[in-house]
Amino acid sequence: MSANKEPEKTKARPSLAKMLGGSAFQSLLVPILAVFTGLVIGGIVIAVTDKGVAAAFGNFSADPGGVFKAAWSAVATAYGALFYGSLGSPREIIEGIRIYQSTGDNAAFLKAIYPFTESLVTATPYIFAGLAVAIGFRCGLFNIGAEGQFFIGALGAAYVGYSIEGLPWFIHLPLAILGGGVAGAIWGAIPGYLKAKFGAHEVVNTIMMNWIAFRLSDWLLTGPMMSSGFRPVTPNIQKAAELPRFFSEPLRFNWGFVLALVMAYLVYWFLFKTTLGFEIRSVGANPDGSKYAGMSVVRNFVLVMVLSGGLAGLAGAAQVLGVDHWVGQGFSAGYGFDAIALALLGKSHPLGVVLAAIVFGILRSGATRMQSMAGIPIDIISIIQGLVVIFVAAPIIIRWLFRIPGETSDQTVLTRGWGK
Amino acid sequence: MPPVLELREISKAFPGVLANDHVNVDLQEGEIHCLLGENGAGKTTLMNILYGLYKPDSGEIIVRGEKADIHGPNDAIARGIGMVHQHFMLVPVMTVTENVMLGVEEKRNGVFLDRAKVAKRIREISQLYGLEVDPDAYIKDLPVGTQQRVEIIKVLYRQADILILDEPTAVLTPQEVEGLFKVLRSLVEKGKSLIFITHKLKEVMNLADRITVLRNGRTVGTVIPGDVNPEKLASMMVGRDVNLVVQKKVAKPTDTALEVKELFVEDERNQMAVNGVSFEVKIGEVLGIAGVQGNGQTELVYALTGLLPVTQGKISILGEPLKRTTPRHILERGVAHIPEDRQRHGLILSFPIHDNLVLCTYYKPPFARGINLQQKKIISNAETLIDQFDVRTPSIYIPVSSLSGGNQQKVIVAREFSRPIKLLIASQPTRGLDVGSIEYIHSRIIEKRDEGTAVLLVSSELDEILALSDRIAVMYRGQIIDIVPAAQASKEYIGLLMAGIHPDEAAKAAPVSSGEEVERVF
Amino acid sequence: MAEKTYIHGTSPRQRMTVGAILIVFGVLMLLLFTPGTEAGQTAKFGMNLTSSAAIKIPDIILPVQTSLYVLSFIVVFLGAFQMARGIRSPGALFGIVAFAFVAAFLIWATKGKSLSLIGMLTSSLVRATPIALAALCGVISERAAVVNIGIEGIMLISAQASVVAATLSGSMALGLFVGVLAGALVAAFHAFLVIRFKVDQIVSGVAINIFATGATSFLSSKYLQHQGSLLNNSGTFPIIQIPLLSKIPVLGPIFFENNLVVYLMMLIVIVMHIVLFYTPWGLRTRAVGEHPKAADTLGINVFFVRYVNVIVGGMIAGLGGVYFTLGSVGRFDEVMTAGKGFIGLAAMIFGNWNPIGAFTSSLIFGFADSLQVKMQILSVPIPSSILAMAPYIVTMIVLTGVVGRAIPPAADGVAYEKQ
Repeated sequence: MSANKEPEKTKARPSLAKMLGGSAFQSLLVPILAVFTGLVIGGIVIAVTDKGVAAAFGNFSADPGGVFKAAWSAVATAYGALFYGSLGSPREIIEGIRIYQSTGDNAAFLKAIYPFTESLVTATPYIFAGLAVAIGFRCGLFNIGAEGQFFIGALGAAYVGYSIEGLPWFIHLPLAILGGGVAGAIWGAIPGYLKAKFGAHEVVNTIMMNWIAFRLSDWLLTGPMMSSGFRPVTPNIQKAAELPRFFSEPLRFNWGFVLALVMAYLVYWFLFKTTLGFEIRSVGANPDGSKYAGMSVVRNFVLVMVLSGGLAGLAGAAQVLGVDHWVGQGFSAGYGFDAIALALLGKSHPLGVVLAAIVFGILRSGATRMQSMAGIPIDIISIIQGLVVIFVAAPIIIRWLFRIPGETSDQTVLTRGWGK
Repeated sequence: MPPVLELREISKAFPGVLANDHVNVDLQEGEIHCLLGENGAGKTTLMNILYGLYKPDSGEIIVRGEKADIHGPNDAIARGIGMVHQHFMLVPVMTVTENVMLGVEEKRNGVFLDRAKVAKRIREISQLYGLEVDPDAYIKDLPVGTQQRVEIIKVLYRQADILILDEPTAVLTPQEVEGLFKVLRSLVEKGKSLIFITHKLKEVMNLADRITVLRNGRTVGTVIPGDVNPEKLASMMVGRDVNLVVQKKVAKPTDTALEVKELFVEDERNQMAVNGVSFEVKIGEVLGIAGVQGNGQTELVYALTGLLPVTQGKISILGEPLKRTTPRHILERGVAHIPEDRQRHGLILSFPIHDNLVLCTYYKPPFARGINLQQKKIISNAETLIDQFDVRTPSIYIPVSSLSGGNQQKVIVAREFSRPIKLLIASQPTRGLDVGSIEYIHSRIIEKRDEGTAVLLVSSELDEILALSDRIAVMYRGQIIDIVPAAQASKEYIGLLMAGIHPDEAAKAAPVSSGEEVERVF
Repeated sequence: MAEKTYIHGTSPRQRMTVGAILIVFGVLMLLLFTPGTEAGQTAKFGMNLTSSAAIKIPDIILPVQTSLYVLSFIVVFLGAFQMARGIRSPGALFGIVAFAFVAAFLIWATKGKSLSLIGMLTSSLVRATPIALAALCGVISERAAVVNIGIEGIMLISAQASVVAATLSGSMALGLFVGVLAGALVAAFHAFLVIRFKVDQIVSGVAINIFATGATSFLSSKYLQHQGSLLNNSGTFPIIQIPLLSKIPVLGPIFFENNLVVYLMMLIVIVMHIVLFYTPWGLRTRAVGEHPKAADTLGINVFFVRYVNVIVGGMIAGLGGVYFTLGSVGRFDEVMTAGKGFIGLAAMIFGNWNPIGAFTSSLIFGFADSLQVKMQILSVPIPSSILAMAPYIVTMIVLTGVVGRAIPPAADGVAYEKQ
């Protein structure tokens, strides 16, 4: 009885058709429940660390129900702030539309949609960065360096953005975007080359590149790239390098979001419709088999790390050109690490990544309001993200929690030890 | 006398396959009981159940008259059952002593390993049963024949008296097989009882006291070697009459397709694995490379197909020397490769069948235009090929991992044969396949030869080499020590060469030519 | 997986290239370091720590220019020798060249000043401690074939847990215990995910890192920052001088004048070496890491061995976390581990998955770390942020395997599938 006679379980074919087709529900079920469970556990953390709950707990013998009431109120306040801060209020939006229709004044409408546009603004770099990690996964590479590539990309875009003067926008803006992409690509290419040439594991190397990026930016922001003044920030970029915004201040919603969607489509086309994508997916699934078939594993590793770094660099560029217009210390704020969660949640499929990025954009942007309204540190989002990653990587836990029958071997396997 | 071991009505199903269907086997004390069946008949599954690695769905195991619940290897070992696995269960980077003591370590001062004490026992066992081995040697430095002795010592060290040997002859030369049989007979004389699993008819006739034949997971019957002939056993195994001889015409070799001169290749650990090999293969002939596994055949094939770099030497294909040895460059010169490890090299298991069928041609018209994949062409190509090559599958869209081994191999053959090729390099093309698939692939290879392709066949199954080749080269320690015309080659002579005996010596010990018709392999 | 590379420069062409690179490197060293030096200038390296040392040994005083010429000449000579004859051991070659470069750099940086060499070596050991503990955690887990990339996260959680426990209870011992326990718990969770549920080991580790960063920062900004004196102010372990041993010149102050965590780390190195190579448990661990199926067929419980090793590894990493707070500054700061867990993994690889190897390579990283700090003190004309990259760059160089490639346990990172 040879082992290969036992039929192996079918792994879902990661195609758009399948995601949208008959089993769309099945495909989406685990990610949705993963996010839901993450939020529930996050809620528990909020309740447990809440002062009111602690006070009610001190009074447990007298009023046992009070604990639950206090817990509920703590969580409701926090998540209420989260969702109000990220989606806005439907009532206000309808009211805004009404005012606009009757008076032609759109101020109320813009104010009402402000929270949601902010979520999309946050989602924009997430889409790029999520695509960066996803394309790496497709080739069997784990790019934890999106954080550093994001930072370096932002610095690259900012440099092109502020240092050149007098260009028309249709030259300066693409140039600045390119600057970000190229800077990120270089940052990704280094670990990619080391992996290809020496088999040095990209996980450790990309993390090292992150730290080097942080130190490098410390130096750049306090030296060569520092603006006149005392704060360690770059000068503001030229007007011509800014990504145009759709609405007037304070709405920061800009063309970066559209660019991100276009890029998601391009990545989809590249991965699934071209020979280059075929090679990348093949190398990711079985490097030995790909080598047998005449593909260059090494070339694909470098190519993918360049593309991955480039996409992460674009994320930084989109953030600096579309939103901030300058770069300061701590600019990256965990985008690169969130991107890992995004790629896993989106099953490394561009459409999945876009959806996951919007969800995370909503969470992240609402968390800011939650911090100011309910006093919950924004780091709660990282806790939820860590949990989501675990649940997506181990769908069996979700299936067990929610008693969903299904394949038990539906595992995400991405990596193989230390670059053997 | 009651049997020492009885397997009653054992059943075991895997998803989609009924591996064992109410199987019955009994083992008498002091006998060698052969379990015969082709690949996939359920032999290994049955033994894994006996050894506690699988849990049976139903049925019972009776050891020395007592019903035994075997939940894991520990239970089996405790009942005196030991197993020599087909794929050796040895840790390569550890010594013989460490491997033998693993799990039943002797201790000094209650804490530290007592290697000396174990080494002493190993020497005693070696002497008693004629199993020569150096206790301090590292497994990775030992030839496979010696590794097998370590496996047997491991079992004897645990004082097993029921030994299961799973396909133990697959990796041995004919002479080593004789040596093994001698050891097995001495084991039986000293009171051990043996279950010997194999798919090779001849061995069974030589060795067994009784034979139980399995087919498709069912017991076909138990016979005594004296009562049956090989033809009868073959039809019991396969379920129909099989033609024991490969039909092929005399080869008509023409131009040289592959020429290898003084080739040196290092393996993945930077050890020289191919040591100055020279030969040529002509269009219209099959050159078989015989040899015990691990004598450089794998590295030779890898170098010829670009999977390992050439350290030194020259390879010419169709008269032109290869300048670059990348796999793609070689493939485009009209070379097809059926790799020895089909799951590692030959297929992208998680890809659907249709993508696997264009794995070597996806970047060229008609499957690509520029960088755009032509999905329709890829699909229609797959539909044609699965028909043409008899790949049994419900759909071309399912991952190739869900096919059986035989059908996976057919996917590879279909892909490689559908390209215009001048040279076919087939490495262990039928390993682990059922008889039907073996027959199919053999006839396809001969067909290819007759169409004007040069074939380089590498196999550790000597019978397969003898059946298909027109000339036979024998590899030993990275060198080709002789090339002989297949029509004359005797199995004994080739066997001696495989063991590293110099051709002159070997010719004295055994006739070079046998003159008889060669039997088909299973 | 990576295409074949001749890392050891076997071919004549590569021999020539490596030789030529070395010669150029030697000349560059001279051009880099000699400008600005003056004839007769010296560099003084202190060999005594003022506090202890019964026997004083003389400080090393080197003439700057001559030393630089000699060191550069050594490198050039090695290059020429490599071109002419070839050098057998690439490791030794690399080692000598690296030593010459570092020595030249130190002499250049210290020109006309003095630097306490012993002080720097002592701080190398101290700074190597968390790296070594992370590496040892890696060794014990990966010898059983479980990759734990969440060491960084484990150390963060343990660092925070221990400082809070110690501050609240006023007991350093309890702080240590809680830190180690926290490490064990997180590692147990990792083990559960990758052994029971066969989650991709890297993904699980990354999830732990994300979670740990989030959770510690969350708690830090929710509680520690407001009530620092109540929750986040433990004090540190005292320095213990080992009688007699600490009086040995040079080695005494480096190895035998440290705090508890450093001693525990050195003890773990020795114990782990003995356990891995001289006891049944070590034999089983290595078998499970190399060929789990073989171990399984001999009745060894592969899962049990893996659970135990990963959890013990977590305890060691937990001790590494304790170092950051109780063993170092007595306070928790967000993301204070700064990549040490990952550097530890590199040290493990460079140390060839051996406890002693992991320890010695951690010393290299510790040295790189302490070097950059000392250089800032010597006010070398290189920006401090650039110097701070040193440990990370050294890590990347080490991982290329230029200095000799390590072979991981055969089953490393692969979930075991029991039929």
